[in-house]
Amino acid sequence: MRNLLAIVLVALTLPALAEEGGPQLERAPIDPHDRISLQRGAQIFVNHCLNCHSASLMRYARLEDLGLSEAEIRDNLMFTTDKVGDTMTTAMDTKIAKAAFGVVPPDLSLIGRSRSPDWLYSYLRGFYRDPATKTGWNNTVFPNVSMPHVLSEQQGVQGLEVTRRMDEETGDAKVTTRLVMERPGSMKPVEYDHYVADLVNYLAYMGEPAQQSRRHWGILVLFVLAGFYVLTAMLKKEYWKDVR
Amino acid sequence: MAVLNKPPVTGAGRFNGVLTWVDQRFPLVRMWNEQLAQYYAPKNFNFWYYFGSLALLVLVIQITSGIFLTMNYKPDAASAFASVEYIMRDVPGGWFIRYVHSTGASMFFVCVYLHMVRGLMYGSYRKPRELIWIFGVMIYLALMGEAFFGYLLPWGQMSYWGAQVIINLFGTIPFIGEPLAIWIRGDYNVSDATLNRFFALHVIALPLVLLGLVAAHLTALHEVGSSNPDGVEIYDDIDPASGHPRDGIPMHPYYTIKDLLGVAVFLIVFASIVFFTPEMGGYFLEANNFIPADPLKTPPHIAPVWYFTPFYAMLRAIPPMFQSQFPGVAVMGAATMILFLVPWLDRGRVKSIRYRGPKYKAWFTIFVISFLLLGYLGVEPTTVWGEFSKGLPIVGGDYIALWVARVLTVFYFGFFLLMPWYTANDREKPQPKRVVW
Repeated sequence: MRNLLAIVLVALTLPALAEEGGPQLERAPIDPHDRISLQRGAQIFVNHCLNCHSASLMRYARLEDLGLSEAEIRDNLMFTTDKVGDTMTTAMDTKIAKAAFGVVPPDLSLIGRSRSPDWLYSYLRGFYRDPATKTGWNNTVFPNVSMPHVLSEQQGVQGLEVTRRMDEETGDAKVTTRLVMERPGSMKPVEYDHYVADLVNYLAYMGEPAQQSRRHWGILVLFVLAGFYVLTAMLKKEYWKDVR
Repeated sequence: MAVLNKPPVTGAGRFNGVLTWVDQRFPLVRMWNEQLAQYYAPKNFNFWYYFGSLALLVLVIQITSGIFLTMNYKPDAASAFASVEYIMRDVPGGWFIRYVHSTGASMFFVCVYLHMVRGLMYGSYRKPRELIWIFGVMIYLALMGEAFFGYLLPWGQMSYWGAQVIINLFGTIPFIGEPLAIWIRGDYNVSDATLNRFFALHVIALPLVLLGLVAAHLTALHEVGSSNPDGVEIYDDIDPASGHPRDGIPMHPYYTIKDLLGVAVFLIVFASIVFFTPEMGGYFLEANNFIPADPLKTPPHIAPVWYFTPFYAMLRAIPPMFQSQFPGVAVMGAATMILFLVPWLDRGRVKSIRYRGPKYKAWFTIFVISFLLLGYLGVEPTTVWGEFSKGLPIVGGDYIALWVARVLTVFYFGFFLLMPWYTANDREKPQPKRVVW
């Protein structure tokens, strides 16, 4: 019985290790406790993303979570409305957006949850020039994406270097691709990575603003439950001591 | 006047008066004694016996959290998704209520599955407990319905397409299928009408059915008494001095307190998930369900929630016949319905796996492994293990996972359908007269 269970456990874990298709994702170096990073991310978000994308489930007022005052939010982050209780809608008309990009840019309120932070981090660093597409841009993580590279001014322009190599033993052709910087942007690659990480940090926060408080409550609740456990364990021992 | 014949309640201190008043008008003392204080349960319950009371706890948690969710949720295709996020963001403590409910749904199935495995292992369904088992299987079926209806309500992509796929399964039933599917949906597609009726079924119809079945399950249990890991009938051995079973202890305070300890451990696990990993790696809350339902955009990979996946894997394993998916649907239905027959398929002389022979133990192991592996395969696309090489006979070029699922489906049914034979002439050990823990 034990041996069989061991075999099952191995059988269940092996395929999980074996799979993993799709593009290789880079781990997003984000820290949800870093308020400065989150504030910078919010700034990048309203400046660059909110022109086309909405975040219709996110209220401006909620940004107080990130340590900002109402005045700071009003003065630095609000461009589409003057009511701090409003949600982050976009000024762009959906019909115009559809005509320009072929799709309506998706709402980003929950993008941190429907796509992982790692995906977003890799995606925002994965744009490259591709004359074959309508926008002139392509992406290693999201092939033939409709979105142009909005942050190319910061990152610069990348190209995709394709190398074909013949495997000497099997004779199979092996194709490897690599992103190369063709024209540097206003930021050094390291700076750009931090810049994108801040944005992704913010997107992850916006996907679940309650994340911080749920962890805080969780620790408290577990302490209380640990006390409850000790109490019930003692009670059980006391009541059951004469049962044989 | 019967009122005067009843003795006054004692032992409740200053409440004696009010309890006497109630007891003379309501069978308070009798119910307390029959169900708790004088209800004798075997003293050797082990780890596996926690999950019945825990399932009951989760039922209460789900009803309570569900009431509060209903106060803010909108069963309307245009606003359902946003109303769930409104609960998550703007309702004070709303995220807690929502995560409790979503975690509770999965934990309900964890408890029920472990409770059912317990029943199989220790023969809890054997005479005279057949009806307890039958009510239990009905609870399991009602719970699957409840989970399915509830899963549509967040109105995300997985909600929508999951419901679409499951309802289409009913559409494969010959002759009545298509009208039946339309009748269920209230439309030609999953739509606002579907959401409205699923809401009604989820918040009132199925909960009422569940509560009724749970009451029947417990009433039947307390009529015949609990079984135990040794399969010994404790009421066969009454201590003449006390008039109570030698191997029994009163439910209260012994098991009420022991179950409270189980509750403490369970709540620690439950809270850890709610507060620290409510998505549970995508098994409790799927990433795709954070995208609003889009009837025009089919997700590339539709998989049901983990508790349905063993049956989903069976469905996919059965090839279409006569250009119909119905055989797979029939197999899936049979896989749940066959549970009803277990009390009559088992012809062993002992109840507990402790005294079963090698044949039963082997089949039981195969069954558990098959169910778990089918559950795993149901989560993954059929491509997960690649293909057989083209040259092989019969299976050549087919997906490996598909054939593995087929073999496992045969094992699953083999466990039940061959039970009358392998339990009839197994090398069993003698069952003891008294419990041995």
